[in-house]
Amino acid sequence: MTSSTFTPINTADLSRQLGRAQRRKQLRALALISPLLIFLLVFFMVPLGSLLTRAVENPEVANVLPLTGKALADWDRTSAPPDQAFGALLQDLGSIESSSQAGILARRLNSEVPGARSLVMGTYRALPLGEPSSAAEARAALVEHDERWEELPYWQAIAKNSQRWTPDYLLASIDLRRDATGKVMAVEPEQAAFRAILLRTFEISLVVTVVALLMAYPLAYWLSTLPQRKANLMLILVLLPFWTSVLVRIASWTVLLQNNGLVNSFLMWLGATDAPIPLLFNRVGVVIAMVHILLPFMILPLYSVMKTVPANYMRAAVSLGSSPLHAFCKVYLPQTYAGVAAGSLLVFITSIGYYVTPALLGGPADQMLSYYVAYFTNVEVNWGMAAALGSVLLVATLVLYSLYRKVTRSELSLG
Amino acid sequence: MKSKKLLAMAASVAFTLPVLAQSNLTVVNFGGANGVAQQRAYIEPFERANNTRITVVAYNGEMARIKAMVEARRVTWDVVEVEGPDLSRGCDEGLFEKLDWSKIGNKADFIPEAVHDCGVGTFVWSTVMAFNADRLQTAPTSWADFWDVQRFPGKRGMRKGARYNLEFALMADGVKPADVYRVLATREGADRAFRKLSELKPHIQWWAAGAQPPQFLVAGDVVMTTVFNGRIAAAQREGHNLKINWVGSIYDLDFWVIPRGSRNKEAAHRFIAFASTPEAQANFSRQIAYAPTNVHALRLLDDRVLAELPTAPANAREALQFNINFWADQGEALERRFASWAAQ
Repeated sequence: MTSSTFTPINTADLSRQLGRAQRRKQLRALALISPLLIFLLVFFMVPLGSLLTRAVENPEVANVLPLTGKALADWDRTSAPPDQAFGALLQDLGSIESSSQAGILARRLNSEVPGARSLVMGTYRALPLGEPSSAAEARAALVEHDERWEELPYWQAIAKNSQRWTPDYLLASIDLRRDATGKVMAVEPEQAAFRAILLRTFEISLVVTVVALLMAYPLAYWLSTLPQRKANLMLILVLLPFWTSVLVRIASWTVLLQNNGLVNSFLMWLGATDAPIPLLFNRVGVVIAMVHILLPFMILPLYSVMKTVPANYMRAAVSLGSSPLHAFCKVYLPQTYAGVAAGSLLVFITSIGYYVTPALLGGPADQMLSYYVAYFTNVEVNWGMAAALGSVLLVATLVLYSLYRKVTRSELSLG
Repeated sequence: MKSKKLLAMAASVAFTLPVLAQSNLTVVNFGGANGVAQQRAYIEPFERANNTRITVVAYNGEMARIKAMVEARRVTWDVVEVEGPDLSRGCDEGLFEKLDWSKIGNKADFIPEAVHDCGVGTFVWSTVMAFNADRLQTAPTSWADFWDVQRFPGKRGMRKGARYNLEFALMADGVKPADVYRVLATREGADRAFRKLSELKPHIQWWAAGAQPPQFLVAGDVVMTTVFNGRIAAAQREGHNLKINWVGSIYDLDFWVIPRGSRNKEAAHRFIAFASTPEAQANFSRQIAYAPTNVHALRLLDDRVLAELPTAPANAREALQFNINFWADQGEALERRFASWAAQ
């Protein structure tokens, strides 16, 4: 309105108006992305946060045995525990409101010292043990009920877990533990597993990524040279298995790869081998199936990048006297690096979380870390341990990603 | 604004009403051949008799599902079949309702192992050694034979996990069935069991689901395997020449429980009571070779069925009862050690 009249322009007013317009624009932009932002916050950040807290949370013992924890606070953890601890324990157990709390306490201590479950539940059911009046009598009563109360490991476990927060799950997920006095040390070799499993997880993912890249690169190149109509048809063929359920695909691989399956029968018919080659329940089967499942993730980014590389460049290089191979390495390949990087990262990070495929097609030595996350969640119902393993996987992936960014000096682009 | 709220309320009532009107029960079991037998013996007859619709869900024994439901107070499972160690642990931790036995039946009618505060034993099953008689000239007769890869060359199927396998390893190493758990409870005993397992490790093909080992045997992937006895009986009926060796088998019970906070406690009790009657249990045992827990059901079965059950005297003579309390205490440590052992 004001611009149509010939009044002199008030610069301060104008800049204020411009500023307001700018702010309005920003607000509108914020409003537009807010559904996504809220979605990310609710469905990504909150679960992630709760995962990370679950990995260090340790409320079971502290909640149920507050007095015992206090009585054991000054104990040196190597001599016999003080009488007061026995009295406090009886008092704590006596004031448990529902028996399920005793069960939860028993589970927590048992995962620390095998046998603590029957000790705690047996004692809890036998309460009040003649209602002893002094701490010394409480000690006598407890030991008389079950002489295991004289053994130190149970008390050490109670003392160690009287804190609400614990590094134990995280330590255990990288094969470390705290001894009775709180010193960090390696677990016994027969219990150690997770470092090797983490390494194996990355190893399998790397192999899958490399194999997928080697297979996808020529295919994507061929697709990018086809006329649009044919290329679209071929892309649909690439995507077709992508729309089939993972379980169905794994089941069909089982049929193909088993000892008297199609692949082995064919090899034996060819005379390539006399006895069937074991392809199932080992690393080979896992890699084959994972590559098959993840191939579209590699082909699509490669294809989209290769489409943008003009064919003239190669022709120009060759016409200027370069050999085709040299031209490919010097001219074509560098222009597809973005696709290679995006595809590899996508496949690698997806593989790291794989669980169903190795579980069904691999042997025990081919299971990846997610298998153990599922194992602790579903079978052991030890959610602290599951969360700790999940956190280790998350941190390791972030470290790898930052390394990747350093090396390639590029932001992730999946375009 | 207000009218909108009312509308939403009306809509939600309209959607929930049909669900309320139809009394619905969700029964959860392990599926497979066992699930089929339960469908015929328990689910369908109960639906007909009570005009109730039952939703059957198959699961793999994940207590995590029940724990999550109970903690969130949104329990959608009403009756669940669980294994022994999970029964006692879950009962201790308050995952299951304490049962009202007056609604279920007379405790004296059941074998003693089947009676529990939180559960009713529903059948006795056994983990046995089985082999393909078409491929082995001489039948293996002990766990020592199972370990003898010279006399019986070929792969062995075993369930992925420490349970049963450690017991079998000790028996193969010469420990008497009666002493197995006493030996396994000591550090040296556990070491001994794992050492013995290591001997066989290159020859083991692991299985996870109960349907796998009969398939392995039929396909010739393994010459012998550990397996749930009911699966072998089912394969025999399909005409496969599979045989069971009952010496050193380990028998155990499965139980019915009601997750704490189930909204259909009454109907759940009625279902468990029905599935614990001699007639229904006998019907179940005719479908699959698992033994009834109601002692009166045995009289309703003919000799041919009885001879296949884990509780038949000839089968149970040299068998071992699975020790629930031992595994409740030691299970986590041993399973973790197994995971580490298997991964190496």
